Amino acid sequence: MPVNETLASYSDWSFGAAALVYVFAMIFYTVEQAFGRAAKKSEAARELVHAGAPATPQIGLITEVPTRSRPERFGRMAVALTVLGAVLHLASLVLRGLATERAPWGNMYEYGAAAMLVAVVTWLVLMRKFDVRRLGAFVLTPIVILMFLGGTVLYTEAAPVQPALQSYWLVIHVSAAAASSGLFLVPGVVSLLYLVKVKHDADPAKFARLGPRLSDADTLDRLAYRTTIFAFPIYTFGIICGAIWAEAAWGRFWGWDPKETVAFVAWVVYAGYLHARATAGWRGSRAALINTIGFAMVVFNLFFINLLVTSLHSYA
Amino acid sequence: MRRALAFSRNTWRGLTSMRTALVLLFLLALAAMPGALLPQRSLNAGKTREYIAEHGWWGTLLDRLQFFDVYGSVWFSAIYLLLFISLVGCLVPRTTEYAKALRAKPVLTPRNLARLPHHATVTADATPEQVMADARAQLRGWRLAERDEAGGARSLSAERGYLREAGNLVFHFAMLGLIVALALGKMFNYEGQVIVLADGSGEHCNAAPANYDSFRPGLTVDGTGLHPFCVRVDDFTVGYLPNGQVDQFLVKIRYQAGDDLAAGRWHPYDLRVNEPLRLAGDRVYLLGQGYAPTFTVTFPDGQRRTQTMQWRPVDTLTLLSEGATKFDPPGVTDSGERRTRQLAVTGLFAPTALIHDKVLTSSFPDLTDPAVAVDVLRGDTGLDSGRSQSIFEVDRSLVDSGRLTRVARQNLKPGGEITLDDGTKVRFDGVERWVNLQVSHDPTQLWVLVSAVVMILGLGTSLVVKRRRLWVRAAPDDEGRTVVAVGGLARTDQAGYGEEFSRIAARLLSPRRDT
Ligand code: HEM
Repeated sequence: MPVNETLASYSDWSFGAAALVYVFAMIFYTVEQAFGRAAKKSEAARELVHAGAPATPQIGLITEVPTRSRPERFGRMAVALTVLGAVLHLASLVLRGLATERAPWGNMYEYGAAAMLVAVVTWLVLMRKFDVRRLGAFVLTPIVILMFLGGTVLYTEAAPVQPALQSYWLVIHVSAAAASSGLFLVPGVVSLLYLVKVKHDADPAKFARLGPRLSDADTLDRLAYRTTIFAFPIYTFGIICGAIWAEAAWGRFWGWDPKETVAFVAWVVYAGYLHARATAGWRGSRAALINTIGFAMVVFNLFFINLLVTSLHSYA
Repeated sequence: MRRALAFSRNTWRGLTSMRTALVLLFLLALAAMPGALLPQRSLNAGKTREYIAEHGWWGTLLDRLQFFDVYGSVWFSAIYLLLFISLVGCLVPRTTEYAKALRAKPVLTPRNLARLPHHATVTADATPEQVMADARAQLRGWRLAERDEAGGARSLSAERGYLREAGNLVFHFAMLGLIVALALGKMFNYEGQVIVLADGSGEHCNAAPANYDSFRPGLTVDGTGLHPFCVRVDDFTVGYLPNGQVDQFLVKIRYQAGDDLAAGRWHPYDLRVNEPLRLAGDRVYLLGQGYAPTFTVTFPDGQRRTQTMQWRPVDTLTLLSEGATKFDPPGVTDSGERRTRQLAVTGLFAPTALIHDKVLTSSFPDLTDPAVAVDVLRGDTGLDSGRSQSIFEVDRSLVDSGRLTRVARQNLKPGGEITLDDGTKVRFDGVERWVNLQVSHDPTQLWVLVSAVVMILGLGTSLVVKRRRLWVRAAPDDEGRTVVAVGGLARTDQAGYGEEFSRIAARLLSPRRDT
């Protein structure tokens, strides 16, 4: 199976361009967040339904009155750049897939790239549903850092994968894992912001500069929860598929290999998050902290286990 | 007695509370972590030994505390056992409550619907009866209860999303099932590994643990009553990419099981990575590969002995291998004499030889230009000592004590020969491949899978379905019109009831009174 070098180098080029565009998007988001007005207070009204005039959810870019403030224009440009970055990012993945004639997530570099694409797309979707655009820089920061590490430290030349990975389970298991990891990034970051916001709300002297510019705590909490409950079943599915694959490839469905262990730990932590939200005294800050720990475990599993521990998963 | 009862009741309540479950969950996560960070005996015994040796008292202490056998340790088992009990204690009352809730009527309409998180009101021309009939028609699929209220008003309570709790219960019960299936698996499973030459000469039969190089039985497995079958390896091919990465493995095997054994029938099978041979209850996997050089020794009296012995890879990338092939001199009956004339051919084997300053290394894992670099040792190989020894090396202590001495050192290509001082000839004939097969038996793994699938279905249901309530009240006002109020409440996390409520409310309240 030869690798198409031309496509492979276009893919690399596209990946770099995507990361660069994200950096610009981050700068634009930061401008909006630094010079824009603090979060609107009128949000509380959104739950109300007024008689005879049912609220239709607003979809798409709204054509408002043309007097848009300058920071807001920066925000919109940031979104446009994020979309552009995502398109380049997607192109890079597709090109790698074409170059190697397999699913483009066979090593850590590719896996990370796929997961980060999911994270960006998740964020784009969430920005339409929640008033959180100003937070774009916070979400893009870990994405750009992870992409940078992926493109440098973890970078792997386009190549076929070894026999153990030549299976349709590569497509199913790894895409579920990458998708859920990407999805988990968003609630991980947003929960951290929630913690900041709650601290600030309790004592305005804390995080005095950042606090007022974040979305309200309730929005952050709902966003984190909804994204997590979307990601969690996918993650569960990914782990189960991993077990099915391990049964065929390694002779047992579960062997407490380090990668499996940390996946289990992260799963239990997220189960803890869901339970915490149903337990008096654990809602709010504690749950948010658990969510952040959950994402930390996911990242730990990717980096630490792949790079520093001998594991059956050390393919990269 | 009363006190003891109260104590046990409190303990039980404590153990089955959500808070305890939560704490136990975190304990479980925490307790599982050392297994990822420290070497584990079950995965890599050698590395574990090294680790303990390197870390002195600290290593010994960790070992005492079972940190190298985390998943079989007392503390890990205690946590999941507690969690299991907590789970049972939590599920039983929840199930009965759910059964009751299924039969109960939706709750009374709150006095003031405007206090609810979702609400809306209009004044309409229809009568309360018409409003109710219309609402009933709109709320198909909801569980409904209509009630008369004071002042000629009527109200409708609607509830939906009972499946959420059902899904949640199914999920937790399936998890119980999974844990039970896992535990049973640990009782009855076994796993054995064996190296078989890939030239059709070797045969492995699953008859007794002794036929394996290593065998790991489950808690109740004593090695009798293994499911009988035999495999032979006819051929083994490996495809390599130019950079030495394996592209594919293919093991051509023959197997016989059940009636075939008596009838002597063999069936062919192409064993590959990801495609184990599945026999009733057992699976056969390709786990590893290596080379087995063939040596022929011609003794001074003209007698010959040929052996093909597996050597083990020391470099997984180039398959440079090491080993020791041991020979007994033929026809020597006196054991004392024999133990001065045994031979061992030890050293390195390279599938693609790269010789630099007489030092042999391998530059590629495939068989393109094989060579060996061997020491021939003569004396007591320890084969008669009755002590078990590694098949891959000679006992260093015999060399150190001078009972085994080196009589030749040379690099050989296939066909190459060394002549020793007493006229004995050692020839490197060629090389065969071997495969490391694993046989696994786990009678409950299908049940683990079924439980896992049910778990995910239950989980999906419980996370997608929202438990929600909706109320409609129609009250006549002073002007002969009807005030219609709608209110809604999501019983579980608020997430996303708003849109659905708006839609329903809009339909209920739209001024379309044609009846
Ligand atoms: C082996 C440990 C356990 C795991 C891995 C686990 C996992 C989960 C998961 C993933 C959910 C999410 C489903 C949902 O939110 O609807 C959940 C929900 C729930 N679990 Fe568990 N669970 C465990 C033990 C327990 C125990 C011991 C109890 C009772 C004390 C319990 C009570 C509940 C309840 C009440 C919910 C519903 C929470 C809600 O409505 O959001 N769980 N569990």
